[in-house]
Amino acid sequence: MSLDAGRCEDGHLSCPPHPRCPTCGEPQTETVELSDEPATVVTWTTSHATPPGVREPNTLAIVEFDSYDVRLLGQVTGEDIAVGDRVEPVYAEALREPDAGIREPASQSWDGYRFSPL
Amino acid sequence: MTDVAIIGASMTQFGEREGWVSDLLAEAALDCLDDTGVRAEALDHLYVSNMASGEFEGQTGVPNALAHDIGALGAYTQRVDQTSASGGAGIYAAWQSVASGASEMTLLVGGEKMTHRTTGETTDVIASLTHPHEYKHGVTLPSFAGLTARAYLDRYDAPREALAEVAVKNHHNGVDNPHAQFRKEIDRETALDSPLVADPLRLYDFCPITDGSAALLVCPVDVAREYTDTYVRVAGVAGATDTHVVHERRDPTTMDAVVKSGERAFEQAGITPDDVDVAELHDMFTILEFLQYEDLGFAEKGAAWEDTMDGVTARDGDLPVNTSGGLKSKGHPLGASGVAQGYEIYTQLAGEAGPRQVDADTGVACNVGGFGNCVTTTVFEVDG
Repeated sequence: MSLDAGRCEDGHLSCPPHPRCPTCGEPQTETVELSDEPATVVTWTTSHATPPGVREPNTLAIVEFDSYDVRLLGQVTGEDIAVGDRVEPVYAEALREPDAGIREPASQSWDGYRFSPL
Repeated sequence: MTDVAIIGASMTQFGEREGWVSDLLAEAALDCLDDTGVRAEALDHLYVSNMASGEFEGQTGVPNALAHDIGALGAYTQRVDQTSASGGAGIYAAWQSVASGASEMTLLVGGEKMTHRTTGETTDVIASLTHPHEYKHGVTLPSFAGLTARAYLDRYDAPREALAEVAVKNHHNGVDNPHAQFRKEIDRETALDSPLVADPLRLYDFCPITDGSAALLVCPVDVAREYTDTYVRVAGVAGATDTHVVHERRDPTTMDAVVKSGERAFEQAGITPDDVDVAELHDMFTILEFLQYEDLGFAEKGAAWEDTMDGVTARDGDLPVNTSGGLKSKGHPLGASGVAQGYEIYTQLAGEAGPRQVDADTGVACNVGGFGNCVTTTVFEVDG
């Protein structure tokens, strides 16, 4: 699996990619691989009331990548996190149980990247 | 365009209710029609604001069910789903139907039946509005609120107590709302000591899970005068959208859809934020009251918490916010909430709010769907 951001000809990035750039409306023509890129925590929360099939507690962070002007939300590997901490993406095969929630399991992927403090 | 009036409004008791979504919708609809003396067969259009009756109870096609139950067969019906902002979007649809000349009498009914589900199931139904890339991480609307609250407190050096004060104020207001789910004062310590839900937010930063329904009866101003002297005019109504992927927003403490819908609604009404006397804001989470207060232009960014601590937004303040008790104390039956905001502003402007009455000629309701994903803002005015 890869962790792709989409980039348009004007250089705007979004993760996940979209058919058209959310900033300028131009097609996104290339992807940038972020799975080996360090990032910094913008904000975080620990959720104690999680839906069926989601770990509890569930610590989540929004991070900004150090080398690319793009943000991403994801689970944090532990619970010890602070604004400004630097993290790296770490692959996880299943972020939640696909069969436990309301979303049709076949409609989306369930693996992805957590953030682990550096 | 035709000038649009609201000539009647109703809401059911909010809380844990017996009966299902169709029962709740019919209750609010008939109360509204009976109060105004309009017969159901006079309805040209009938709109139902509802997010998830199919997901919650396996009942779809609710506008048709409602038309049959209340004797409005033959009316044009439509369901309006804009998640938590379905009610505000319903006000837009009802306004549009009359302003365009397509309808001379439109009934808008919003409702949701939720409490038969567990908290986890309900949270998941609501979280299903999120993008797959966020949903798979187990994100919920409360967790978005936690992420945003931390960013806000951090950036604006706001004390945690300011969020608790929103809950204290709205619970205080709810005591005087006979339809509210909670009619109980709380103190700041109770809010600050309640269990963590989405750090730094605690139980009293969140609205409850609620059953309920509300209705507004809408027609041209010329027709309104045939029925009542206490109609309220829809002076401006506008909606806007923001990103589906919440983390793609440049500033987590600003809701662009609130900014845009507010600017458009104020422009249509020909007013500025300074002209507003009373506001119902979508306090699904306490932090959202700060964001909307600032993004509608009632204060600079980062200043809402100070106005709240200073009592500006209290019932006896310069700009009372959530005199109904807000979603926090009144409850949040998703599709009903935006319509119930309209009910509160109508009631205030008509001078029928009893012990929670404030002095107001111009009121605003801001209804937020998703986590600011889709927003409708409405300006209401007393005519003349």
